[in-house]
Amino acid sequence: MIIPVLTLIIMLIVGAVVLGFIAVSAMFLIWWERKVSAHIQTRYGPMRVGWHGALQSVADVIKLLLKENITPSGVDRLSWWLAPFFAVVPVVMVFVCIPFGNIFGIELIARDLNIGILYIMALTSICVLGIFMAGWGSNNKYSLLGGMRSAAQIVSYEIPLVLAMVTAVMFAGSLSMQKIVEAQKGLWFVFQPNMAIAFAIFIIAGTAEVNRTPFDIPEAESELVAGFHTEYSGMKFAMFFLGEYTNMFVISALAATLFLGGWSGPFLPPVIWFLIKTYGLVTFMMWIRWTLPRVRVDQLMGFAWKVLTPVSFANLIVAGWILMK
Amino acid sequence: MDDTSLKEDIGTEEFWVNMGPQHPSTHGVLRLELKLSGETVVDGIVHIGYLHRSMEKIAENRTYTQFIPFTDRLDYLASMNNNLAYVLAVEKLMGIEVSDRAKYIRVIMAELGRIASHLFGITTFVQDLGAFATPLFYGMREREKIVELFDDVCGQRLTYNYMRVGGVSRDLPNGADGKIKGIIKYLRPKFDDLEALFNSNPIFTARTRGVGVLTASKAVNYGVTGPNLRASGVKWDLRKDEPYLCYDKFTFDIPVGNNGDAWDRYKVRMDEMRQSLRIAEQAVLGLPEGDPTVKAGRIFRPEPGETYMRSENPRGELGFYIVSDGSPIPFRMKIRSPSFSNIAVLPDLIRGLKIADAVCVLGSLDVVMGEIDR
Repeated sequence: MIIPVLTLIIMLIVGAVVLGFIAVSAMFLIWWERKVSAHIQTRYGPMRVGWHGALQSVADVIKLLLKENITPSGVDRLSWWLAPFFAVVPVVMVFVCIPFGNIFGIELIARDLNIGILYIMALTSICVLGIFMAGWGSNNKYSLLGGMRSAAQIVSYEIPLVLAMVTAVMFAGSLSMQKIVEAQKGLWFVFQPNMAIAFAIFIIAGTAEVNRTPFDIPEAESELVAGFHTEYSGMKFAMFFLGEYTNMFVISALAATLFLGGWSGPFLPPVIWFLIKTYGLVTFMMWIRWTLPRVRVDQLMGFAWKVLTPVSFANLIVAGWILMK
Repeated sequence: MDDTSLKEDIGTEEFWVNMGPQHPSTHGVLRLELKLSGETVVDGIVHIGYLHRSMEKIAENRTYTQFIPFTDRLDYLASMNNNLAYVLAVEKLMGIEVSDRAKYIRVIMAELGRIASHLFGITTFVQDLGAFATPLFYGMREREKIVELFDDVCGQRLTYNYMRVGGVSRDLPNGADGKIKGIIKYLRPKFDDLEALFNSNPIFTARTRGVGVLTASKAVNYGVTGPNLRASGVKWDLRKDEPYLCYDKFTFDIPVGNNGDAWDRYKVRMDEMRQSLRIAEQAVLGLPEGDPTVKAGRIFRPEPGETYMRSENPRGELGFYIVSDGSPIPFRMKIRSPSFSNIAVLPDLIRGLKIADAVCVLGSLDVVMGEIDR
């Protein structure tokens, strides 16, 4: 009797810690993106709230909490209400399997599933449902176009993304996230030629997966105003925002874990290494976003099916051949 | 099941999307109605008039000098050039010859105004392609130098109200020619930087090459002027073909495009900025001494008659048709604004393109609502 209760309490604590981390991380990333973009654009960005605007995100969250939740007339109520949750919940669930490293021998991973990668792949595919439901439910033509675009985009880019992950799994010989990190103790995967290709594919497809420039066609401010979340306001909008930034963290964390040796690294504690790598990749994605224009929807699909998918298949075959040799 | 019955079963529907007057990429209050089939634009209707301020009617109730500040509000990104076009028309009506120094100052101001306007045009165009704000801020940083100079010269940053009938409102402040030389020296490498940012970018190239091709004959038939016309391969520039002020004294080239696509429209603007620098440099080096200001009164009565004067604005030919009845106020004024004709060609260009390309074409035409609606 005592054991299940204890497990439940531990799970609750771990859940609270993970949720707290996600919220703080998303708020940090929003502030960080504003600062990075500002300095790229010869501006300062937020400066007034706290040291260099460090509390700007807190102020924004308070503002969003206090805002009215407007429901436009003619919305499809079920999908309108469920969409923000579909955008956030799967991303949060991914954190179960993300290895943050270890402190004093305690492994910082909620549950090291033996099918960790499969679980993550399955969950990240659910996000598109949220975006599509938002697009469909909003009763707005721009949102609908955004939803359609994102469905097409995410489905196309999932294939190269998964194939790149599979390459890493083949080299590690395990689906467990911890095992994959341990397999890179000697040499990070990214330093092997065809893993480097897989890493590049993963970053490109991952950028598309989280709808960021140059693949931000579902939002496409200059075309679709704000795409699928045009009609959302207040906390519902905040949920999409949280989902987007958390998704970015997840993709970067996955890239760091699968290709850059995860939490392993010299001198510094593992957690620090993991965060440096992840936030470094996030910053790289921001750099890309604030530099490049957006590709057109047909160019985007053409690139996925004609370039990325064949290359990742070829890469997978070569990886298999190297491993069998 | 044959093909036609399948089509009937899962038939798709075309739908109308209202783009604007509040939309991030319609630059002001342009409204487009787009008929879409999925992502493809089947038809487009341009609705204008949201910024109409009855400029031409206002002109009938103001003296000639009082109307100069109103021309600032036509193409508000090139106020200097609007001022110039208007005072040229009035001077032609009255048969006034201005002093050499005034002519040179006007040329410098017009060419720097053209650069400021093109910087805005190019960078907002790239922003419409999705490079959010970064090129725009770079362009603004360069434009700031010119705006600061204008601020020094006439005390305003946007609506300059600098030109006067018969000259300019005041002489250049002390040290202004050194400052202009500094700006020219500063801008030249910056244009290379901007070009490096765009030209070698495969996404930018893929988005603009072959998009929204405007043939030379169509451009002429629609009355398209300015960089948009020259991008289609027609070498027509009033500064060369109908020289006003002292443009015939300067050496400069007229950049033209080959295909008339969005890329050419961008490229022509980019090259034109360099040519404008050349003109401004020659003008500032040869700046004659003298008094460019006007000593005559502010109220004057032109002889009864009519005149039409056009000049090369950053966006094309800006023409003023003025009818005088001998009183201090114009009897009738008609403004021929370049953007009005340039936007008319839009529905023809976007038919069959994707939405993203429609935005791209609109951005590449570089229209300003202030002079479309007047």
